[in-house]
Amino acid sequence: MTTVLQLEQISKQVFNESDRHTTILNQINLTVNKGDFITVLGGNGAGKSTLFNAITGSTSVSGGQVSLKGKHLNTIKEEKRAAFIARVFQDPKMGTAPRMTVAENLLLALKRGQKPTLFSRGLNRHYDYFKSLCETIGNGLEEKLDVPTEQLSGGQRQSLSLLMATLTEPDVLLLDEHTAALDPKIAVRLMELTDQIIHEKQLTCLMITHRMEDALKYGNRLIVLEKGSIKSDLNEKEKSALSMDDLFHLFERDETPAP
Amino acid sequence: MIISAIAQGLLWSVLGIGIFTTYRILNFPDLTAEGSFPLGAAVAVTAILFGIHPIFASLLAVIAGMLAGLVTSLLYIKGKIPIILSGILVMSGLHSVILFIMRRPNLSLLNQPRLFDTFSGLPNYFDVVVVGLIVLMIVISLLLGFFYTDLGQAYIATGDNEKMARSFGIETDKMKLMGIVLSNGLIALGGALVAQNNGYADVNGGSGIIVIGLASIIIAEVAFSNMKLGERLLTIVIGSILYQLLLLGVIRLGLDTTYIRLFSSAILAMCLMLPQVRQKMRLGTLIGKGEEF
Repeated sequence: MTTVLQLEQISKQVFNESDRHTTILNQINLTVNKGDFITVLGGNGAGKSTLFNAITGSTSVSGGQVSLKGKHLNTIKEEKRAAFIARVFQDPKMGTAPRMTVAENLLLALKRGQKPTLFSRGLNRHYDYFKSLCETIGNGLEEKLDVPTEQLSGGQRQSLSLLMATLTEPDVLLLDEHTAALDPKIAVRLMELTDQIIHEKQLTCLMITHRMEDALKYGNRLIVLEKGSIKSDLNEKEKSALSMDDLFHLFERDETPAP
Repeated sequence: MIISAIAQGLLWSVLGIGIFTTYRILNFPDLTAEGSFPLGAAVAVTAILFGIHPIFASLLAVIAGMLAGLVTSLLYIKGKIPIILSGILVMSGLHSVILFIMRRPNLSLLNQPRLFDTFSGLPNYFDVVVVGLIVLMIVISLLLGFFYTDLGQAYIATGDNEKMARSFGIETDKMKLMGIVLSNGLIALGGALVAQNNGYADVNGGSGIIVIGLASIIIAEVAFSNMKLGERLLTIVIGSILYQLLLLGVIRLGLDTTYIRLFSSAILAMCLMLPQVRQKMRLGTLIGKGEEF
């Protein structure tokens, strides 16, 4: 099995006003293999989002090394890492450019990691491809290719964000509670779509979720974060043997139970 | 008189378009404008007095404005000074730079060539209208061409959603730098044009011009909503002309010109509040009818 992402001794401390430091991530070691679909659980303040920020580079780490396919990332800027690491945010507003149309957003995603040039963007060349792409989702997005994304529903926006994040088949896909802000029904559909895309494109994915049933149902590995450390790391076999009750027990010993 | 106001509006709209590229696309209130506008005027007028052709003098003004923008953007991006403060610092510093360039507070273009001379055969003010239209055509088509390149799209995305832009590998700091430089180049061009039309450059010529530039943008947005980018640029030209006509009307009504700036700010304030008032009124009628929204 090939290792895609490797975290070694990742720590993150922040200093508050009185100069006392708080540890958000505490010596995290994590090896992610190609094709892994890892669900990440953890209570508030467990460090889930900071873990993602450390991977994407939007937060610098206090110690340790992040590597992607054997290449050290610590000194590489967020914008450069973005060529290989894609992310979908929790807030549907975060994933798209609101005043740009659906097609324009997809075009930006298609050019992920490329240096923007003074050549014409060539939207028309890709228009049919984008249309067929949107048709696969089945929520009418293909009718709205020329509509600014601020006029889309939350579900449409988030499925667009997912489409954009996976368009160029990144080495690592990070999903940060990407269904949490949606209606339950739409959240279920988006989750099915997510699973389908990840399998079709054989992506390597980490997914933070607050929905225990999703954490159990999807993925081949489950990790539980607590106070900045990995408390449990269950492989496919252990995960499939896990019941909801077991999962609740994992949290019961926790002082801050999952919402 | 009306033709004169239209001519003025055309020239001033270059300023409006320049401000639009940062204020509306990046959501940046860049106050450098109040310095780069008179800087453009000073550079163009001084260059013409040195015998440089008005076209090249105007281009020199653009370069000067871009340099001013570069300083602001570096203060903001590298120096981490808030954008408003960066702009104010540069605007204030430019006062000395302008005095250094002109060697005096104001400089006249009396009996000197101007950009409008090429069409001097035309009736009064029409030469300015023609030059204004030509310049605008060039500026707007270049800008539009740029906005629809990959780089332009990355620039728009940066202003639209910075976090998202970065997550797709767009170097947002570079985009901001480029935008501020570009914008101040355009603003300086506006300064160079207006100075050649007025026949002089003044070190205080930038005071209050932000209001004029914003007014053309806001009037355009109030009068024409939901425009595409290209249409929006054209409506700024119309907004700028409408603003000049409005000023003309007010002066015709006999308002003391001492109060013209107060009046300008009041118009702008009202236009800025209009969307809110509209929304409140719409909400009011919706609630009144008991409809869902």
